[in-house]
Amino acid sequence: MIEAPTLSLAALAPLLCVFGAACVGVLVEAFGPRENRHAVQVAVALAGTLGGLVTSLLLAGERQITAGEALAVDGPAVFLQATIAGLGALSLLLFAERSLDPARSAFVAAAAVPAGSPRDRELLTVPRVQTEVYPLTTFAIGGMMLFVAANDLLVMFVALEVLSLPLYLISGMARRRRLLSQEAAVKYFLLGAFASAFFLYGLALVYGATGSIRLSVIREAAAAETGGGLLLVLGLALLIVGLMFKASVAPFHAWTPDVYQGAPTPVTAFMAACTKVAAFGAILRLLYVAFGTSEWTWRPLLYGIAIVSMVVGAVLGLTQTDLKRMLAYSSIAHAGFLLTGVLGYGSGPDGTGSGLGATMFYLLAYGLATIGVFAVLTLVRDGDGEATHLSKWAGLGRRSPLTAAAMALFLLALAGIPLTSGFTGKFAVFRAAIDDGAWPLVVVALLASAVAAFFYLRVIVLMYFSEPAADGPTVGVPGLPTTLVLAVTVTATVVLGVLPGAVLDLAEQAARFVG
Amino acid sequence: MSDFPWLLAMIAVPAVGAAGVAALPKGRDGTAKQAALGVSLVVLLLAVLATVAFDTGGERFQLTTSVPWIPDFGVDFALGVDGIALVMLLLIGVLVPVVVLASWRDEPTGQRSMKAYFAWLLLLESFMVGVFAATDVFLFYVFFEAMLVPMYFLIGSFGGPRRQYAAVKFFLYSLVGGLVMLAAVIGLYVVSANELGEGTFAFDALRGIEIDPGVQKLLFLGFFVAFAIKAPLVPFHTWLPDSGAEAPIGGAVLLVGVLDKVGTFGFLRYCLPLFPDASRDLAPYVLVLAVAGVLYAALLAMGQSDMKRLVSYTSIAHFGFIALGIFAFTTEATTGAVLYMVNHGIATGLLFLVVGMLIARGGSRQIGDYGGVARQAPLLAGVFLVAGLASLALPGTNSFVSEFLVLIGSFPTRPVFTVLATVGIVLAALYVLLVYQRTMHGPPRGVLLETPAETPAPAPGGGGGATAATATLDAPAAAPARLRVADLSPRELAVAAPMVALIIALGVYPQPLIELVEPAVAATMSDVGADPAGVEPEAPGGGTD
Repeated sequence: MIEAPTLSLAALAPLLCVFGAACVGVLVEAFGPRENRHAVQVAVALAGTLGGLVTSLLLAGERQITAGEALAVDGPAVFLQATIAGLGALSLLLFAERSLDPARSAFVAAAAVPAGSPRDRELLTVPRVQTEVYPLTTFAIGGMMLFVAANDLLVMFVALEVLSLPLYLISGMARRRRLLSQEAAVKYFLLGAFASAFFLYGLALVYGATGSIRLSVIREAAAAETGGGLLLVLGLALLIVGLMFKASVAPFHAWTPDVYQGAPTPVTAFMAACTKVAAFGAILRLLYVAFGTSEWTWRPLLYGIAIVSMVVGAVLGLTQTDLKRMLAYSSIAHAGFLLTGVLGYGSGPDGTGSGLGATMFYLLAYGLATIGVFAVLTLVRDGDGEATHLSKWAGLGRRSPLTAAAMALFLLALAGIPLTSGFTGKFAVFRAAIDDGAWPLVVVALLASAVAAFFYLRVIVLMYFSEPAADGPTVGVPGLPTTLVLAVTVTATVVLGVLPGAVLDLAEQAARFVG
Repeated sequence: MSDFPWLLAMIAVPAVGAAGVAALPKGRDGTAKQAALGVSLVVLLLAVLATVAFDTGGERFQLTTSVPWIPDFGVDFALGVDGIALVMLLLIGVLVPVVVLASWRDEPTGQRSMKAYFAWLLLLESFMVGVFAATDVFLFYVFFEAMLVPMYFLIGSFGGPRRQYAAVKFFLYSLVGGLVMLAAVIGLYVVSANELGEGTFAFDALRGIEIDPGVQKLLFLGFFVAFAIKAPLVPFHTWLPDSGAEAPIGGAVLLVGVLDKVGTFGFLRYCLPLFPDASRDLAPYVLVLAVAGVLYAALLAMGQSDMKRLVSYTSIAHFGFIALGIFAFTTEATTGAVLYMVNHGIATGLLFLVVGMLIARGGSRQIGDYGGVARQAPLLAGVFLVAGLASLALPGTNSFVSEFLVLIGSFPTRPVFTVLATVGIVLAALYVLLVYQRTMHGPPRGVLLETPAETPAPAPGGGGGATAATATLDAPAAAPARLRVADLSPRELAVAAPMVALIIALGVYPQPLIELVEPAVAATMSDVGADPAGVEPEAPGGGTD
């Protein structure tokens, strides 16, 4: 007889909330009446994610391994779950915005209709809205929350797939420029499938080397390994490749600009913020818990790709003329900065390192600013949907000062100017890295920040110092959801810059892995 | 009364004022001006009262306030001033109202509102006070970087034709410097954590720690690069002429008058006391940059045809003098350097203001577009002359005292550098007098001519000296040339009068200022381990003995 594993339902509450909401969403999709399906779906998805947020906040301080040792509910897991749930709820609000697009939604009414066909043109003017995105997104959020709590590699892989598959789908569902969107989805899917394969192969090698997929067992095996751990190191390298792909770290970033550009902007916001948090959560857990004792195996590798990512992100970002692509490269550069924090491992007093708390804070700050910046992008539109070409933004500061001011704030935060959340985050990760003696990396990071600052500034220059173009875009009046998102993200960006003490403290306290 | 948080008030009042001005409804530019003037006068009052509350014989840092800010980083919101910082606060207090008044009639380009201009100005004032008042290195860094944002918008939104380029260049140069400093700030924190067991950013605690010489050099360089860009010393200076030329006059005055002083202030406050060994070892190299700056910038100044660029280059030369005074490591020279920082703010500030008044009349920045202004506008010419003479350090003006102190203070330790720098004084006389002569005296010519249409020569629009010269040659044949130029208005007089008064007053009686900064300078010299037994500086301005 097989014994059922012990389940601590309380500790799993955040996951249960979100996955429960996703399942309810599927049922609503199947049985709910069409006319009020949108409202119900939004309500269900928000209830699920906010429930996940609240329950994970209630779990603060929890440290246990549950579900047959498959899940770790510890400080980092809970902190990151709360972050993902919160950012996910904000993204869902952006999904739910109906007053900006004349067609009432950013998503295509029927994704299966071929782009450009007569039926497609017909649907373009029909006020029918897509509601499948809500359960799909909720599933993705659940997958991300599972990802950061996975205590064995197989659960981690399952979570990776749960979070990825819905993402591939929803990035192909843009209402406008459908071909671009579908191309993005296919690209993302193909490259993502490769990354999953890498991860799976790495998993197999690690299992071969250590005889277990449990992180704590791998840790012991890695510590005991003397000399010929080739299999283990190879496995680790492949696992890292898989994870770096999700985190859009160069040189595994090739999909990022295309997908960011092609996906509907709310989806881009969701991907940029939540996927990054989840991927880094998994990277931190994998490296710190499973390979924390054999730092030498991953340190040089990470060092190298951190530098590559920062340089590629900053330099290629300079040449972009499309805001969404520019932000994609910015996200690649930020992934490099985050790796700087990851490399601050072992600098803290109890060996876990200040890098963990710093990276988690950075993820939160970056996620909020990113959602904010994409929320602003959804507002600025012309006849063809969102006006994301840089030149369209000329003189925006004169025409809509509030929108431009919010954008400028987010850009300054992404550039890491003091008194914004971005600076606090950067300072935290750089301090962790220098603490650990990685000062050459920090010098590179600082130079990359300076280069990246140029392209953020360029947008501010355009918005404020250029004359408005005659046929410029219009700035939509946001409905309640987007207004709410902007209010939250602006406030958070300022507060985390001016008075970050409390949240930093929270991140620092949460920064202890179990197992 | 001494418990009153003067410094906090000086930061909070303009910040709140800026928010208030920004929140005014559209089109209320008049109210914005009055509010900005009122707020800046309150700050001046606070600065004066703080000076009264400051005890020159007391502790090094006074009027201190400290509250924990980010406990996780060990950062306190710690404010406090020594004599050096206090005189800079006084300078800010004086310059901002003057600048507000000088910008009173500025017409915004495009449809921009002057409301935003005054809001940014006040926010800048708040950050500038913070930079000088911070006694926590992290806090200093935050203000140091935050200061860029208002200045960036002042240049970019309200500047001249190439303002976009200038604004971005200004921001990027400063940001790069700042980021390098950030690395050093973090490095310093880590060193302090190893040394004291717990990391700290408090200036007083950091001053006491011993740092390994190699590390010291690296950290010194980190800070130095940021300050050398800000100051600016010669190879890092190319942003200043662009920013100075494109910034609106008010912004330019604060840029060279105060913002750039953060660089020299940083040398004194952070580089020397925190890294004494490195400072001593690297001083010769810094002095090379300083003296090169004095000579090179003076030569470039002479070659300028744009008045605002010219004034910017004179500033670079003056910053060379200040750096010379600081890195000569004698009490006299350093006292001179601190006085120089104040005096340069006033003298060059006035020079920028008067050039701005001239540009407001003629609409051109080219020297060749003006001539013979003095006959029609004697007051304007007079103020120009006073500002110019103060810039070339004529005895009796404030700059003479400081320049003289720097030179006699540096000579005993650094004779060669001092002698070379002295050549700069001669060059200064040349570039100042040349521009004065060409614009104020000689036959009337240029854009202000009353009857440009009647002259047979091509219209002397924005052209250089050549067209204007042809115009003057032909002018007498056509009609008796007259300039259409108004003399200073009462408002402009109110702008210039306090500055002229300060130039003369500090030139004749600099003693109070010297007494204010002397203890802080002596403390810095003992930190750096220089021979503090320098000769007690006397006021060489004459009239005091």
